[in-house]
Amino acid sequence: MADLEEEVLARIERQRKLKARFRDEHITMAHGAGGKTTHTLVEGLFASAFGNEALDEMGDAARLEVDGAMLSFSTDGHVVKPLTFPGGCIGELAVHGTINDVAVSGAKPSFLSAAFVIEEGLDADILREQVAAMADAASRAGVPIVTGDTKVVERGKCDGMYIVTAGIGLRDPRVNLSSKSIKPGDQILCSGTIADHGTAIMLARGELELEADVESDTASVWELVHALITSAGSDLRVMRDPTRGGVATVLNEFAQDANVGMTVDEEAVPVNSVVRGACEILGIDPMYVANEGKVVAVVGPDSADAALAALKATPGGERAAIIGNVQEEPEGMVLVRTGFGGTRIMDMLIGDPLPRIC
Amino acid sequence: MRFVDEFRDPDLGRRLSENIRSTVEPGRHYKIMEVCGGHTHTIYRYGVDDLLPGNVELVHGPGCPVCVIPMGRVDDGIAVAKQDGVIFTCFGDMMRVPGGDGSFLDAKAEGADIRFVYSPLDALKMAVNNPDRQVVFYAIGFETTAPSTALTLMRAKAEGIKNFSVMCNHVTIVPPLKALMESPDLRLDAFIGPGHVSTVVGCRPYDFLTKDYNTPIVVAGFEPLDLLHSISMIMEQLDEGRAEVENQYGRVVPWEGNLRALQVLQEVFELRPYFEWRGLGFISQSALKLSDAYADFDAELKYSTPGVRVADPKACQCGEVLKGVIKPWECKVFGTACTPETPIGTCMVSSEGACAAYYNFGRFARSKARAGA
Repeated sequence: MADLEEEVLARIERQRKLKARFRDEHITMAHGAGGKTTHTLVEGLFASAFGNEALDEMGDAARLEVDGAMLSFSTDGHVVKPLTFPGGCIGELAVHGTINDVAVSGAKPSFLSAAFVIEEGLDADILREQVAAMADAASRAGVPIVTGDTKVVERGKCDGMYIVTAGIGLRDPRVNLSSKSIKPGDQILCSGTIADHGTAIMLARGELELEADVESDTASVWELVHALITSAGSDLRVMRDPTRGGVATVLNEFAQDANVGMTVDEEAVPVNSVVRGACEILGIDPMYVANEGKVVAVVGPDSADAALAALKATPGGERAAIIGNVQEEPEGMVLVRTGFGGTRIMDMLIGDPLPRIC
Repeated sequence: MRFVDEFRDPDLGRRLSENIRSTVEPGRHYKIMEVCGGHTHTIYRYGVDDLLPGNVELVHGPGCPVCVIPMGRVDDGIAVAKQDGVIFTCFGDMMRVPGGDGSFLDAKAEGADIRFVYSPLDALKMAVNNPDRQVVFYAIGFETTAPSTALTLMRAKAEGIKNFSVMCNHVTIVPPLKALMESPDLRLDAFIGPGHVSTVVGCRPYDFLTKDYNTPIVVAGFEPLDLLHSISMIMEQLDEGRAEVENQYGRVVPWEGNLRALQVLQEVFELRPYFEWRGLGFISQSALKLSDAYADFDAELKYSTPGVRVADPKACQCGEVLKGVIKPWECKVFGTACTPETPIGTCMVSSEGACAAYYNFGRFARSKARAGA
């Protein structure tokens, strides 16, 4: 009997290790949600078609070398609805999103591009507002928008406006970040409260008839990243910007890339109490909800305390915490020690986080 | 969070856990089924089973209202959703459940106007706000959600709303429990009773378990302490050789149930002669349909649907897995034809279903079991 079980488990593992294949007939919302379905699309279609060394790393930004210059290059499309929400707007997101993708690859963002897809009939004041917000966010972060493009599509073809930005920066020579460098014993840091952005958006859509004061955390994380690089140096293994799919998805990617196990202490994960309450009512786990101004980092054990102190001393990092650690087993899985004293497995998000009826 | 955190107190949890440990007979293996998907979720979410002795096994029962919907009924829903002018509404977690040819999410991607709602009243509001469209609510759930569907229909009737209808897939709790108990190969020591369903039906309907099958049941709440407390109550019953219906969830569940809700159900629904359950097959008088007085709101009468039964593949052994007769990996299609990406049976459809959990985490569960954790 046990042998048969072993055989079945081995077969499942073999199947899992097969390259993701994109076989779906239609694109569903789940393909954009950042979880397993997105992975199938990205790895099964995009990566297999474009395959090259820089892309195959699958980081938040591509790490490039041009004539000895170590560059990070990233792009991000923004399609949020509503365009303005508590704590931010699509213009701010478009600037911060790309800055953050470049920053967590260990590079100081230098320049941004911005392409606009605008719907016919959009109130010009709305566009003015968004552009002003972008200009403001870019200047606060010290990253100028140096090139762009404009397209207008017919009424009904997009929700007001979409913004696509790209960014480029020079990598800091003190770090060489890779999820593959994660080792047992390493500590997992989170730069602040999670799930603020996703919760703010869900509430702002007004479909849930739930009112709470939740603001998006949209912000540039460069200062936080800089604090981590300076304090942990080469002990800084990897960082990521836990947007769609949330902290859970990022940690699963890390665990799989490095073939290690991770344990998160649920009590240690900072969550605003209002956000916790809203997620509780909606039946959604904050670990899977998007952030737009946070960093999740894995740091070697000797530098973890210094890195935490440096984060806490940086504006925006006051509520930073060590949320877990890395061990050998179980390979490729993330466990959560619950506040109640049990353990559960925190899997990757499958599809969109949908509210449960039971 | 006040009034929530109190029910998740780890110290009280440890004390209940010790209580359970001190009551179990070391050589005996206990199998307790939690019927309700909500309980399964709590067990999983808080790692409640970690706090139980190794010889107490929790078996996940057929109480996830989403997963028991058979493929043919999903196909029927999609056929209605694809008709011109229809806004098709359902609860969020129904969107992913596969039918014979894709899920509601797939149908949405193909152009059907499918939206998720939190309450059937939201669907009714949509009908009022979109007078030129037909709004259909795909109703699922046990007696827990059925009263809200019933009240919505009563309101629609009272207000004379013509562009609203319900595709009724409501099911009832007692028939599947009876069907489970009647299967000769089942061996369960006790049930954790479904708390939410019982707020409506009360505790009396479970009398048959104790009288006919000498099996205890404790109706339980949904916080981790509720579950540990219920298991502890079950263990005391078993230890003392009792088989009774007990109510741990007294703060919400009245012994007689919610009489007004039951009355509303009587008025709006009638029993179907039989209904198919994914993985369990046909169970007689196990589901509701709209009564004649509400025929005008019955989407099944309003629209033509294929109504084709899409048979669960013969090799699918969900019934046996649900009953705990076989382990997931012993099923013939497990991991080959039936995977979380292409699920066949109810145990694979829900991420908390026994098969999906085993597919994803079996290796871990095994090493944990070996380590004696």
